[in-house]
Parts: sequence; C-alpha cells; structure tokens
Amino acid sequence: MSDTKHDSPSGLSFQPPTTIDLEKRKFLIQATAATGAVGAAAVAVPFVGSMLPSERAKAAGAPVEVDISKIEPGSMMTAEWRGQPVWIIHRTEEMLAKLGGHDEQLADPELEVPQQPAYCKNKARAINEKYAVMLGTCTHLGCSPNANFAVTADWNGGFVCPCHGSKFDLSGRVFKGSPAPTNLVVPPHQYLTENTLLIGEDKQAEA
Amino acid sequence: MADKKVTTASSGLAGVVDWVDARFPLTSNIKNHLTEYYAPKNFNFWYFFGSLALLVLVMQIVTGIFLTMHYKPDAQQAFASVEYIMRDVFGGNIIRYMHSTGASMFFVVVYLHMFRGLIYGSYRTPRELIWLFGVGIFLVLMGEAFFGYLLPWGQMSYWGAQVIVNLFSTIPFIGPDLSEWLRGDYLVSDATLNRFFAFHVIALPLVLLGLVAVHLIALHEVGSNNPDGVEIKNHKDKKTGIPLDGIPFHPYYTVKDLVGVVVFLMVFAAIAFFAPEMGGYFLEANNFVPADPLKTPAHIAPVWYFTPYYSILRAVPPIGISQFPGVAAMGLSVVVFAFLPWLDKSPVKSIRYRGTLYKGWLTAFVVSFIILGYLGTLPADTWGQFGAWLGKADRATVVARICTVIYFLFFILMPWYTKRDKTKPVPERVAH
Repeated sequence: MSDTKHDSPSGLSFQPPTTIDLEKRKFLIQATAATGAVGAAAVAVPFVGSMLPSERAKAAGAPVEVDISKIEPGSMMTAEWRGQPVWIIHRTEEMLAKLGGHDEQLADPELEVPQQPAYCKNKARAINEKYAVMLGTCTHLGCSPNANFAVTADWNGGFVCPCHGSKFDLSGRVFKGSPAPTNLVVPPHQYLTENTLLIGEDKQAEA
Repeated sequence: MADKKVTTASSGLAGVVDWVDARFPLTSNIKNHLTEYYAPKNFNFWYFFGSLALLVLVMQIVTGIFLTMHYKPDAQQAFASVEYIMRDVFGGNIIRYMHSTGASMFFVVVYLHMFRGLIYGSYRTPRELIWLFGVGIFLVLMGEAFFGYLLPWGQMSYWGAQVIVNLFSTIPFIGPDLSEWLRGDYLVSDATLNRFFAFHVIALPLVLLGLVAVHLIALHEVGSNNPDGVEIKNHKDKKTGIPLDGIPFHPYYTVKDLVGVVVFLMVFAAIAFFAPEMGGYFLEANNFVPADPLKTPAHIAPVWYFTPYYSILRAVPPIGISQFPGVAAMGLSVVVFAFLPWLDKSPVKSIRYRGTLYKGWLTAFVVSFIILGYLGTLPADTWGQFGAWLGKADRATVVARICTVIYFLFFILMPWYTKRDKTKPVPERVAH
C-alpha cells in the first residue's frame, strides 16, 4: 500500500475521502496522546509507590514500650524507635533548677517552633518534668549528639553534636550560634504506668 | 554513499567486512569516528583526560561487575561481604581497591577535563550541547559516587547517606515525605541499601553510558575544539574537504592517548597497590567500622571530591529555621556550570587570547574551589574562632563564606568581565 493517493477506488466499495480533515486528525492525535499519558501515569503509580516504606518497615516503626524505672537520677538511657535513638534523661532537682538559668543563650527558649507535641510545650518540656524524652538526632543534619553532663561555670550540662558542634541543654533546647536551627524533637509519647513509657504514640492519637 | 551491493568477490577477512558492511555500517562508523575523524593537530596535555575518563569508566564497569559477584546488598551482610571480598576472594582486594581508587581517579580526571573546557572555551558555540551533556555526566557521576559509597555499609557510608538524604528533607513542603520516599524507611536502612545498590549498578550506569554516547556523538558532529580556540573547519583542503589543521584521530591521537594511558595507569597502580586509602582521602578510616544507626562518628566528612560543595553547604547560614538556603546553594554550585555557554560573552574562546581580567577571575575561582575542598574535609571549628570583633565566628567558616562568594561571583560576573576584558587577536589558523 505505497500508493498514498485517495482518488483511485479501483473497485472498492469504500470511498476514501478526497480531502483530509486536519482538525479531526489533530483532535485524534491529541486524544490518543492524552489517553497514553494517563496510562503512563497510572503505570508509574506502582513503581513510585514501591519506593515508599513497605508494610514491614511501617510495622517496624510501630510504637515501643520502655521501662524507665532503672534509670538512675542524673543519667540517661537510649531507646530505639524507628531505628532512631530516643533519649530518656532522668533529671535531678539540681539539673531542673539550672534549666532556666541560660534562657538568654538559647535560640528558642519559649519553644515557639513546634518541635514538641503541645502537651510538652511547658517549662520542663516534658509530661513528667523528671524525665526528658527526645530524639537523639541533631536538627542540623541528623547526627547523634553526645551527652556532656559535667557542669562547669558556663555549661549547665547538655549535649554537643560531634558533626558540626551544635549544643543543646538538658531539655534539648538549642544554643544560639549552633548550626542546628531548632530544638531537638520530642516524639509523641505517653506514660502507660508511672514507670512505663510508650514512645511513638500519644493519647491524642487514640482519641 | 556506502555500497549496499552484496558481493561475493572478496575472500577472507575482507569478505567478512564486506558482508557486514552490506548489513551494518561498520566501516563507515570506523571512518566517521576514528580514521577519518579529523581532530586539530595541536592537542596538548589537557586533551588526555577525555579518553582517560572513558578508560576509567570501562574499568569501573568491569571491576564493578566482578564485585557484584560477591557483594551482598543486605544491611545484615553488606559489611561482612566486603570484608569477605577483601580477605577470602582470590584477587578480591585488588578488584575492590581498583574500584575504590577508580572512583576517586574518575573525579580527578573529570575535574581536569572540565578545567580544560574552562580554559579553552570548549563550551562555546557550537559546542553548548556537548557541554550540557557533560554537565549531565558530572551530575550522574556524583550520584554514582554517592550511591556507591553507601554499599560497604560502614559508619561513614551510613552517616554520609543520612546527611545527604536529610538534605532533601529541607526542601519546603515536600521535603520530609520526599526523603522518606528516597530512603523507603524512616531512617537509612536495609531498604535504602537495597535501592541504592539498584541505582548504583543498573539505573545510573545505563544513564551514564547513554550520556557518554550523546556527548561523543555531539562532539564528532561539530568537531573538537583546541588550545587556540579556532575552528579548523574554516580552512579546508579544497580538493579533499579535510581541515588543513586536522589529523585523523586514529592513528595519531589513539597513539598519543596510549602514552597518557600508560602514565595514568602507572599512577593508578601505585595508588591501588600501595596507598588505596590515600591517607583517608580515598577511603575514610571510619568506613572500616560497621554502620551503627545509634552512634554518630565524631567527625563526618564526605570523600574529597564532594568537599568543595559540602563546604558551600556549611558556609551558607540558615534563614530562620530553614536549612534550605545552604542546600540550594550547594545544588546551584554544581548546576551553575550548565549556564557557562551563555555567561561567557568574550569574543575569544581560549585563555591564550584572553586578558588579565578573565585570568584573574579564573585563578580566584580555582583557588576558592581548592580551599573549599580542603575546608570541607575538616570540622568547622578547625582554625578556632575570631575575637569578639567578629562575633566569635569560626575562622574556617568565614574563609569558606568568602570562597563561596568568589565561587559564585566567577559565574555571576562573567558576562561583565568577559565583555570588558582586553583580548588579544586570534590567529586565523591553529598557531601552536
């Protein structure tokens, strides 16, 4: 069928049109292309979606229960939630007393940036002021700061990030001049009993 | 026109070639790209690095294939499988060190290749597309290096990936979801390792090979630039149509490049055999410790070829609580190369005929790039702090900021200083 002329019916009952309807052709091309694009987008869904956290990863990210009864006052433990370190710091009376003493050196002492659930936006940044709960990952680029609880003349105890030197106090509040822009994140959590903490889920989520 | 007539007259090898030529453009391709591709006769030292980049690419592919025969992309087994390759697989340590040395040498060669483009104006008309494909190759290469660096699953692999993926979470609005999608988990994990392996061994190499192919096709369409920056196609032999200043790529430049290959391989072998870690610059000490999500190494630094950009990332201060400006500056510092063909307004291409303004800016740019690269390997407080008169700022951070500004001014001011520069007259034909 190399003959492209339309004026030689040669016995066929079908009469090819003598003129080409360019409008119609354009419409058909666009409609075909649009249908194809919708199909391509639909096919992309499983591929793009396959890169999301899988059901197994989501299950592994479920809340964890932590027994906090064995943390000595003035020390801390590291729990693991979603593979991230969660610090639970048992703060002593002296530690709590000194927390307000360096507010003017902090970037966000009043916790304006929502780095904590609403129920932790208080003076001690905690549900129970004795226990500070926070993610042990620096808000700069996700490294894990090191604890330094030794009190000196100009240091009330806190955390120093080994990567780029960000400093945080015992409530995870960031000091001015740190590369980290915000306070450490307080994850959603709740007390199941006095000494059992559930990290990853709060009472609001159940309601 | 190639003769498509199937012939049975020739015998032996010639017969085979004839048979193929009737069915596939073998001889014509060899002519077009090798024996009758006419390159300027004045190529110098800087013209070794294109073919060397091709050599390293082949080496990376071959060593990579053999590494995948023993490597396990599994968070539980990855680190041990690399040690297994190093200790128990015959020749495994050599193959792995060739691959890791190859990664660094790839960047050495590509940086020198890019510098050649800068000094001789190889990105100028009609070679803009060659340059753009080249920028694409550079970006993919950076991706290859980044994805590959996670695979040994050492501490620096892990935390480096953590830092880089978190860069994406600083993007306004979509950031956190985007980085979760990239990782396939809430943190860098087995899922991340598995997909980075897929990117490293399949996805990006395919893209890379395609880009290298179009880079070369575009080059052979318009012809090579040269240290004088003049077009050899402007003066052709009237009878043959061959550029008067051109010589066939094969055998002239294949032989020349072979000398480069020999010298390069001597350096390469010396590194791979005697100093594969290169004092912590090619393979970082912390990467010989298995990845531990709960413990960050004391000092995180990328491998040397990323440190200039890492320095720029650190130098740009956050706006409010957003880290995005630093991330955007880092991205821009790489992508900005793509705009060079349109930023350079000079009437001449080669540095040989440019004036002091351009030479000064280029020198400042190169010095800044090296200082940024050096600082990127060190902690930000490495040089201590300034006094109270400068707000006790880290000395190294201030220097990095100055270098970052110079880095970007080299590009931003280019339309101005290349136009204003006093250039020398360009010869009609290749001079030396």
